[in-house]
Amino acid sequence: MALLSTHGLTAHYGQFQALFGVDITLERGECVAIIGANGAGKTTLLRALAGVLPNRADAIVYKGEPIGDRPADAVLRRGIAMVPEGRKLFPSLTVEENLLIGAHARKLAGPWSLEAVYGLFPILKERRHGPGTALSGGQQQMVAIGRALMSNPDVLLCDEISLGLAPVVIRDIYNAMPQIRAGGAAVIIVEQDIGQALKVADRVYCMMEGRVTLSGPAAGLSREAIHNAYFGAAA
Amino acid sequence: MNWLDTIVQGILLGGLYALFAAGLSLVFGIMRLVNLAHGDLIVLGAYLILLIVSLLGLSPFVAALVALPLMFGLGYGLQRVVLNRVLGEDILPPLLVTFGISVVLQNGLLQGASADTRRLPTGDIGVASLNLGPVTIGVLPLLTFASAVAVIVLLNHMFYHSALGRSFRATSDDPVTASLMGIRPRMVFAQATGIAMMIVTIAALYLGMRANFDPAIGPARLVYAFEAVIIGGLGSLWGTLAGGVIIGVAQTMGAAINPEWQILSGHIAFLLVLLFKPRGLFPRAFD
Amino acid sequence: MTTSTPETGYRVETRTRTSRVAGLAAIVLLAGLFVLPAFASRGLIQDLFFIFTMLTLAQFWNLLAGYGGLVSVGQQAFVGIGAYAMFGAVILWGLDPLPAILLGGLAALALAVPFGFFAFRLQGAYFAIGTWVLAEVARLVVAQWRAVGGGTGTSLPRQATETIAFTETIAQLLDVRPAAARDILAYWLALVLAILAIGGIYWLLRSKRGLALAAVRDNPQAARSIGVDGQRVKWFVFLAAALGTGLTGALIYMQKARISPDAAFSLSDWTAYVIFIVVIGGIGTIEGPIIGVLVFFLLQTLLAQYGAWYLMILGLVSIGVMLAAPRGLWGSFSHRTGIQLFPIRRRLTGGRL
Repeated sequence: MALLSTHGLTAHYGQFQALFGVDITLERGECVAIIGANGAGKTTLLRALAGVLPNRADAIVYKGEPIGDRPADAVLRRGIAMVPEGRKLFPSLTVEENLLIGAHARKLAGPWSLEAVYGLFPILKERRHGPGTALSGGQQQMVAIGRALMSNPDVLLCDEISLGLAPVVIRDIYNAMPQIRAGGAAVIIVEQDIGQALKVADRVYCMMEGRVTLSGPAAGLSREAIHNAYFGAAA
Repeated sequence: MNWLDTIVQGILLGGLYALFAAGLSLVFGIMRLVNLAHGDLIVLGAYLILLIVSLLGLSPFVAALVALPLMFGLGYGLQRVVLNRVLGEDILPPLLVTFGISVVLQNGLLQGASADTRRLPTGDIGVASLNLGPVTIGVLPLLTFASAVAVIVLLNHMFYHSALGRSFRATSDDPVTASLMGIRPRMVFAQATGIAMMIVTIAALYLGMRANFDPAIGPARLVYAFEAVIIGGLGSLWGTLAGGVIIGVAQTMGAAINPEWQILSGHIAFLLVLLFKPRGLFPRAFD
Repeated sequence: MTTSTPETGYRVETRTRTSRVAGLAAIVLLAGLFVLPAFASRGLIQDLFFIFTMLTLAQFWNLLAGYGGLVSVGQQAFVGIGAYAMFGAVILWGLDPLPAILLGGLAALALAVPFGFFAFRLQGAYFAIGTWVLAEVARLVVAQWRAVGGGTGTSLPRQATETIAFTETIAQLLDVRPAAARDILAYWLALVLAILAIGGIYWLLRSKRGLALAAVRDNPQAARSIGVDGQRVKWFVFLAAALGTGLTGALIYMQKARISPDAAFSLSDWTAYVIFIVVIGGIGTIEGPIIGVLVFFLLQTLLAQYGAWYLMILGLVSIGVMLAAPRGLWGSFSHRTGIQLFPIRRRLTGGRL
């Protein structure tokens, strides 16, 4: 049985339908990348998985339990943590407080603790008493990832963690990925940069206009197939 | 006329106003909600303490301790059942609902306790005073001021050095992202209102021991609390104490000139601050 | 309002069929109300006077809060200052109460300038309490005004109330006593004021200014970006409401002929009741306050003998409405049926898409 799976997942923003019956699966310890053009529904999919967008209960099944109708805080308690798009650090909290709040509702003994996160991103330890918003973009992204890890999740959802960062900083961030996976968490990353996604992921889902148009092992996908799934077969 | 004495009495009175204001400030800081029933809840607290005093024969201080959890529960329930439903972008529904609560409380108290003025029994402490040369300080006003300082120290500690305070600040910053941390914003709001009601209980204790009260005096307490918050600058608890002190001193000085000018002088001090420092004396850097 | 472009045949309309039928019915109703004093008892005239004045206050508060987004809890200041200016002009200058009512409106308008200057420094909910503080200041200052009775208040001099313009004519025409004639005069004035308020607000909301008002209420930043000066629109609404509220206050106290600061600046009488009327009837609609004032009057008639219970129930009803049907009675009805008597929404009709 898959760790996490969706079944005909839909999403609406008012009149606008953003997802049309999405089916994906995530196995234990796996890393899955979701790629696609802007507006393909990638972020919406992650928000639905995190419980921010309400859904049918059986649209999302996690460890055999339908959780599609659970609110975000209940989803986190079950072990699905999210690194939101745009990092979303809490401006009134220091770096360390931002990390601590990640474990606010789910204090589990596991691979991740304050010390472990500082071990992963040593720069954060130096800046831990400053406000999170005073950090550079890349450091803020490290805080956002560390914050999600603090709950020792079984599933880590990463939304556009390379967005707006310099290539050298992106490399630093993705260099942490093997260690994160070694901690046991399965990971779903949403990524604009296809090359980066293929490098880090075991499997890839490609989305277009709210639907999954292609899926398969990252190693086995041809550039042409991805191009077609991205822009439509006629392109 | 002894101006030094007048100013000292005003400063001590400011402690009472800071107690009125601290709960209002806390709730606004966390959920941007202005509770128009805040003053009436203080009066309700005073009646609750009075009820406990007369039923159980306790001293008002012990009665207030008994009232604390009850008032916390009231605040928690009020937020869960009513106020959470009207929070949102539109400021109108919470204002109108809390205004309705204010009217309901006032008239409920009028019905249940009559319009007669009441007072909490103070015993010896009500008349005890310290004689410091030109200034005589009542023990009760001093205790009020000390309690205000203690409440602010404790609130600040809770806010900046505890997991609860961390969740309050995170929710205040961004409730959606806070929910991604497993925080339930609605529960945080209920906890915050519960804590605000505990401060209200302490304010009610001193309100009831220092002066007469009746069901109609709530709105004026809300106005003093509001003025203290605005003068101090939104989000700063020490600023709120300073605001309370300014209102208190302005009132005692106005009253020293002409007893009819007491309340008016406080309002005018508020308007002057609004005129020259629209964001208050100690505004928070970000909001 | 109809703007037509000949090439496309599209028309932008706000009028609906219902609104036209309702317009005809309203004319018949108003004609009836104008001739009513010829048949009705003095008690009914007084009740209707109360309803019309509360309706006018409610319309202006609705303009502020429902359309302007300015939740004022200090409108009693304008009732009080309008009434006191009227009393002052009669007592100190010997003016006839009738023109003194106009003076009352102007005094409220003048007070609104410093009032707004302070209150507009506060946002949202703080604006609400700020207006309340200002109203308290106005009350406390007026209570120091010895010439009109200070804190205890005063009455209009007998010779002034007995010689109000037109009362003698009315007394002869309808064959009633002078006191009843004064009530009838007040009734007519209240009716005219209510019609002017509703008509004026309706006209305002259908005009370009009304569009600007909606834009500012819904999104101040966006409104500014399309060149709508939010501050100016808010000032306009605030001053208009002050003028209307002041006139109404002066009229109410011409009829009462007795004033005190606590009564004339009463938060519950002139603002709390008004808020209940608007909330229960339906905020942000012109019909809402009309329904609201009728419900309010009904509740008052049924429950007034129960004293505090009455206000408690009124408060509970309005909390219930806010939680269960935030659009109010009329708003919910209109939402369900699509019926609008005072349509201000612009619709595109005719032409082809």
